Order: sequence, then C-alpha cells, then structure tokens
Amino acid sequence: MIKGRRAKLQVFRVAAFLLFGAFFIAPIYGMFEFSTRGNGVNAARTLDNWKAIGTYPDMVAGIVASLQLAAITSIAVLVVLVPTMVWVRLRLPRLRRVIELISLLPLTIPAIVLVVGFWPMYQWLGNNVSDSILTLSFAYAILVLPYAYRALDAGLGAIDIKTLSEAARSLGAGWPTVMWRVIVPNISSALLNAALLSVALVLGEYTIANNLLYPNLQVSLVSLGRTNAGVSIAVAVASLLFAFALLIAISFVGRPRRMRSEVA
Amino acid sequence: MSTTRPGIEVRLENLSRRYAGVTALDGLNLTMAPGELVALLGPSGCGKTTALRLVAGLEDADGGRVVIGGQDVTNVPANKREIGMVFQAYSLFPHMTAMQNVEFGMQLHEVGVAERRKRAVDMLELVGLSAHVNKYANQMSGGQQQRVALARALAIEPKVLLLDEPLSALDARVRARLRDEIRRVQLEVGTTTLFVTHDQEEALAIADRVGVMNAGHIEQLGPPTTIYSRPATPFVAEFVGLTNRLAGVVKGGEVEVRGKRLPLVKPDSTDGPAIALVRPEAVSVAVDADVSAGPLTGSVISTVFLGATSRVTVDLGDITVLAQMPTSDVGAITTGTKVRLSLRTDPVLIARDEKAATEA
Repeated sequence: MIKGRRAKLQVFRVAAFLLFGAFFIAPIYGMFEFSTRGNGVNAARTLDNWKAIGTYPDMVAGIVASLQLAAITSIAVLVVLVPTMVWVRLRLPRLRRVIELISLLPLTIPAIVLVVGFWPMYQWLGNNVSDSILTLSFAYAILVLPYAYRALDAGLGAIDIKTLSEAARSLGAGWPTVMWRVIVPNISSALLNAALLSVALVLGEYTIANNLLYPNLQVSLVSLGRTNAGVSIAVAVASLLFAFALLIAISFVGRPRRMRSEVA
Repeated sequence: MSTTRPGIEVRLENLSRRYAGVTALDGLNLTMAPGELVALLGPSGCGKTTALRLVAGLEDADGGRVVIGGQDVTNVPANKREIGMVFQAYSLFPHMTAMQNVEFGMQLHEVGVAERRKRAVDMLELVGLSAHVNKYANQMSGGQQQRVALARALAIEPKVLLLDEPLSALDARVRARLRDEIRRVQLEVGTTTLFVTHDQEEALAIADRVGVMNAGHIEQLGPPTTIYSRPATPFVAEFVGLTNRLAGVVKGGEVEVRGKRLPLVKPDSTDGPAIALVRPEAVSVAVDADVSAGPLTGSVISTVFLGATSRVTVDLGDITVLAQMPTSDVGAITTGTKVRLSLRTDPVLIARDEKAATEA
C-alpha cells in the first residue's frame, strides 16, 4: 500500500520535473537554436556567433562590468544588511517592522521612477567623485534590498539568534566573533540565497543602467542586438546558463553538511 | 581530570532594574560563598532571571553592584566577565560538534590546542558524553544538549556558573536525572553557582541555599530545609510546598482554628481574624465511622498516591483540607470515607488578607 503510494509520488515528481524543465529549457533551446543558425536556408549549424562574442569589445566590457557590479552589490548588501538585521533583532526589536518596510520599499517603486531620483545624484557623483560604471552598485544595492532582506530574514528567523549570541558572549566572544563564527555559519544558506538573488538581479538589470547612460551587460546586449542579433542572443543564452550554473552551485554549497541521522 | 578554579565569592549589592516603568529587581542583595550553589526560586516575573542576566552582563543594572571575587564587574562587558552560563533554550552552536562547542570558549581564551582537546574530552567525560563528541546538536536529545552546554560552560574554568532554568525544556525523568548530575558536577568542580528556577522541587533538591524571590527582592534566603519547614513569610509558605488556608482568630500569641489553638511563628502578631497557613503533613486523618458534626470532621473527596506518601483531600463542608500521610497509614481511607482531622501543634504563619500578600 505504502509502496504503491511512494511509486505514484515518484511518478508525479518526475512528471513535474520534466514539465517545469521543459518550460524553462524550451525558450533557451529556441535562443540557442537561433544563435547557432548558419547563413542560408539549409546551412549547417555553426558556433560563429558564440566565437564572435570576444570580438565585440563593448560587449566584453559590458559583461565584465556587470560581473563586477554583481560582486560589489552582493557583498555591499550583505555587509550592510546582515549586521543591521542582527542588531535590530537583538537590541531594537521594535524597529524590525520599520527596517522591513524600508527594505521592501524599492519593490513598490518602478525602476523608471527610481531613475528620476537617481539622476541628480549620479550627475553629482559623476562630476565630483567618479563616473565609473561601478558606481551603479549604489543604485543596485537599493534595488536588491527587498530580495536580500527576505532571504536573510528567513535565515535569521530559523535560528535562535539571541540565545546563540548570548552563549557565545558568555564564552568570551566579542561582537565580531559572534557575527563571524556563530551567526554567519548558521545562516550560510540565506547568505548564498541573498547573494544569488542579487547577482541574478544585477545581471538582468537594464532600465537604470540605460537611463543613467552606463553600458552594462543588458544595455550592450540591446545595442548589439540592433547590429548582430545572433551574437546578442548567444550572449543572452550564455548569461542565462551562467545564472543557472550559479544557482546549482549555490544549492550544493548551501546544502547542510549533516543530516538528522539519529536522536539519542 | 582537569578541574575549574577554586570557588569565588559573588556579591550582588542593592541591584535594581526597571523595564518601561515596571520594576524587575528592587534592591536585590545576595552574597554567595565560594563554591556554594544558590538557587533563586520564584514565580514568573519575580526578577530571578533578570538577576542572573545582570550577573552575566547580558543586561545593564540601573543601580547597585555585581562583585565577583572582590572585583566590581558591574560595568565589565559579558565577554570579559569569565562566566559560564547554561541557558533555558538549547544553545549549542548548530554548525559545531559537541567537541567543537566545548572547545569554542577555550579557543577564545587562547588555550593551546593540546590542552584544549584534553580539557574538552575531560569535560565531556565529566557529563557522561564521551561517546558523543562528534555529534551535532540535531543528533542529540535535549538532555544531552544541555549536558554539552554545561561542559562547554565549565571548560573555560569560569569564576561563576550561571544556570538559567536549564532543565525546564526536558521531560520529568530526564530532568530529575540531569538535576542530580548538575549537582554532582558542581560539587566536583567547586564553582560558585547561581541556579534560577521556578520549580521548587528542583531548587530544594539541588541547592545549598534557596532564595525565594517575589516582586524583585528575596523574601527568604536559607537552606532548603529551613525554607520548607520554617518559611519566613506567607508568600514563601504558599509558594514552597502545599499549604492549607484555614480561617481563624489570633488571640494572645496563638491562633484558634476550628476549635484548635495553634502557636504562631511570630507570637507578637496583633489580635484579630487571620488565615492560618498549615502544611498538609501537619494534618492527620483518622477514620471515624461515628462522626458527629464537628469543626474538623468531614468526608474524603480523593486520595492521591504519591509513592511513599499519599495526599488525602477532605471536605469539611465549608472548606477542603489537604492532608499528607504515609501511604501505609491510608488503609481503608477511600473516597467517601468519614474522617476526623487533627492539626499538629507546630508554629504556623498567618496571612491577614485573602491573597496572603501581607505578613502577620
């Protein structure tokens, strides 16, 4: 009886996996197919578009800039958000709702409206500090705030942060040690999730970069798409596959090292 | 086996703490002798956990001092106080094994690797967990986790050991066993220990002295036997152990209860109506089929078997009275049996109001 139910469940799982897999794979396959078409009706498959990616310096610069932005934004958001959220939970629990509201606010504001607000700030930044594309990380840090907050909040909610930090303090740990050796290892999955969401969001961001006139990956893709659609699509597929690879890697890294095997 | 440093005197001097207008601690004074285990016992909200957290440095006092080994540590941060603490909630670091948990504090105190390993093994052996050194918290039972927490707290050779209701999350059988184990370990290492609990049985069983707390201060501090048999206030009498509340009249240093005159703990109490607080074991029960109406006669409502003793509840018409007696004496006493009660002439405490809030 139980065996039969298990088999049915297994069939359902496989079917659901295939269905959702097809949903994601089909468009990517379509893009891949397009990017590998040769010239002419019956032309053979070719990787010319993929090989040509490196010959477009603007494209390469866009890819490098977006990867740098993704890294800077993820690190910056985690460095600011984790200690703040921990401190609020431990010392200022009444402010938790306020912090949550502030963190979720960017979700409610359309990107184009954010650009209007960012424009004078970036004008000043460009004239007085730097006009590097990496300054976009300020804007991106705000953009990813709601997603990173949600991921971290779930992670912090899963552990008894107050007791663990007090136990560490009573054993002689200062606050940096509490953070680094007790809290961070216990929310590693949440940190990775927050980082992944930040990376995915930054790699796919177009509106703000385009309107603030910074050529990131997506802006370069659109620009290239106007002259060479094949290469543009190849880059888009590559960036999607990169995001998937990252997701899979993180899901393995974030897997708990131990499983509940025995309770004495 | 490595042992902790010799016991150190701990003094809490006039400690006070308020939370948003509510007084949690109201000038608490307590001196713990080196190596002593003092239990703070009291109902929820009486300030016992606050007192412990002030000693640990996890909260700041509004007034007063915490003196450990002659040194005023009131303004010393928690991580510099050299205090070991076991919490009510399970507090093992989930990403570390039992061994790593015990080593954690020693690492922070820069104990060498070899010494650290040896001491961690010793401590885990002391709490009977030698076979579980490589287990993570989620692979251990609640009792095992608390024992590792105890080993972890003792491994840093703390000046004081603080136990914040460490047994309250455990089931009754494990709780009793671990309680005895904590006492054994504490006696073995000789660390001055402050134990906070709301469980009177736990406090009376484990402590050298028990401090019964009420409304932010200690009502009575003394050995468990004194606390139980000679309660200083009605609150202590009612909080520690079961108590019958019998209406009576104070006159000439005695209280007359249902026709029986009982001496008072405080014979200088003023005359007038009062409630006498009588322990169930001071009430004896005799079967009397020919019970005529009298102030101490009635019928049994229930008998509860407690092992060596049994508790008998008797309905006197206007009030029910509890009597505790050896099970061997219960004999034919069952529900409905007509009985006659007698009160032992031990000195009793009296309360003046219905809630026993005031002392005679």
